[in-house]
Amino acid sequence: MSKVLVILETANGKLRPHCLPGITAGARISAATGKPLELLVLGADASAAEAIAAAGYGATAVLSMVAPGLEPFTAEAWADAIVAAVKASGASVIGGSASSTLRDALPRAAALLDAPLVSDIVGVKDADTFTRPVSAGRALIDVKASAPIVCFTARGTEFEPAQPGSAVSLSALPAPALNNRGVQVKSVQKTESSRPALTEAKVVISGGRGMREGANFKLLEQLTDLLGGALGASRAATDAGMVPADLQVGQTGKIVAPDLYIAVAISGAIQHLAGMKGSKVIVAINKDEEAPLFQIADYALAAKWEDAIPRLIELIKAKRGAA
Amino acid sequence: MKILVTVKRIPDPDESLKFAADGLDYSASKWVPNAFDEYAVETALRLAEVVGGTQRLAEVIVLSICPEGSRQHVTQFLAMGADRGIIVDADPDKLDTITISKLIAAVFKKEACDLLVAGKLSQDNEGNQVPQRVAGLLGLPQACFAAGIKWDQTGRALDVSREVDDGVEQKRVPLPAVVSVDLRIVLPKSVANGSTPATHAYNEGPRLASLKGITMAKRKPVAVHKLADLGVTATTSEQNVAVTAPPKRKAGQRVKTVEELFEKLTKEAKVI
Repeated sequence: MSKVLVILETANGKLRPHCLPGITAGARISAATGKPLELLVLGADASAAEAIAAAGYGATAVLSMVAPGLEPFTAEAWADAIVAAVKASGASVIGGSASSTLRDALPRAAALLDAPLVSDIVGVKDADTFTRPVSAGRALIDVKASAPIVCFTARGTEFEPAQPGSAVSLSALPAPALNNRGVQVKSVQKTESSRPALTEAKVVISGGRGMREGANFKLLEQLTDLLGGALGASRAATDAGMVPADLQVGQTGKIVAPDLYIAVAISGAIQHLAGMKGSKVIVAINKDEEAPLFQIADYALAAKWEDAIPRLIELIKAKRGAA
Repeated sequence: MKILVTVKRIPDPDESLKFAADGLDYSASKWVPNAFDEYAVETALRLAEVVGGTQRLAEVIVLSICPEGSRQHVTQFLAMGADRGIIVDADPDKLDTITISKLIAAVFKKEACDLLVAGKLSQDNEGNQVPQRVAGLLGLPQACFAAGIKWDQTGRALDVSREVDDGVEQKRVPLPAVVSVDLRIVLPKSVANGSTPATHAYNEGPRLASLKGITMAKRKPVAVHKLADLGVTATTSEQNVAVTAPPKRKAGQRVKTVEELFEKLTKEAKVI
């Protein structure tokens, strides 16, 4: 029977939280098409699938495909697995959150399935029409996909994380022969951080070119930690090597939509705005009053960061002390 | 070694968009090469050339799907240093992603290429899927979102640093292969081919065409293929049915002091 299948990623036996909005997108498509929603867990370790089935997340069933060749992640092996899972389950819609994993593997699988892929969707119009942003988020297009199998990736900031619900059945799908085409994943250098993930944080503090050098981000880190947030940066700051590349917020970096986004010494190029304009409250602190970011910020303060950030930290500490 | 690089032109991303009843109106747009494709050509040239020598390690072929009258970007990339061009005579805006990917795969096969270098996305449509699809169609290994490439000539492989959500992955792909490049591939030392001295630092960003390059571009061969020549039949799996402007953010307020900002964030917005 035809169904909507959402692909999930796990790490250390647990569901990776960035997959939760993808489940919600799948649920919307399920509601629009009347096809049941099922979840697909891919990996080398079966333990995560049991916990996922116990939580259900509003799906009707959980499928798992376990094979040693699925870890470490390669697009080659994952695409083979996705194709096999689609065929074995009879799914007609398949997708998930637009992580670097699915962005890598799902188009490859879509090509093998001769299926269209609507990437980075932000809304579900009807059974086969999805809304997606183009041109750095300056326009939204509704794309109608007409094919027996349709793939999608969903922008994490535009769908609520799926909540645990009642337990559902778990069944194992046989893994096919996985051909990784001779690639080797040598290492993954993770940016170590005790802070919440940039795309999941409620507060994001970003620094731009005006921070001048990496050492100056220490001050932003203090503010970030005080607010329990995540640190971000503009492309100018990551390109200059002030902070690691995976902190980049923008069209070509991370898309974030926290409750509070504080942009420090960032002018606000179109490509940066594309990555943060969905934030609930935007604060811009820049010594240049002409900064384009001032036009979309809820609160704009023309000031040098050297003066403003230490004072802001003081005020927050004083309030916490008094409370 | 033959390196194929896919290139397209896009409406200038710095111009404001014009909304028409049924889509975006590009009739008055200025057209520019997609920036990620410039990075891809720069990457291919850095792999192919030996700085300080005259040897060429690879032929660089630029491929574009574009109709007559909108091919200037191909000449621009030839002027930048690519050796020859291949054009598929069709309007890419009228083809679906499936067809575009099949066309690129067909050219790769026909030319018996060793490497496809592509930009990770085009700044207009932002699909981020064509290189992955081509790799799938060809059954080749892929290294997407590359920020660094080291070519191991004796091992016939590329060691690629890929930017992933939580860090950088080192992936080794045997040739032939498909690589999609991210922004940081054009930093001074992002590409090493094993022959250019490892100490060489390039200027940041894609190179500009030289005067000599511009003159020579006109003499470089450009082959034109039709869809049928490549054995590809166009499909219509995607259709844009509507376009809207996203909701605008309301204009905010200027605050004069940090104290005032703090007051607003705690009492008005209640986010601190």
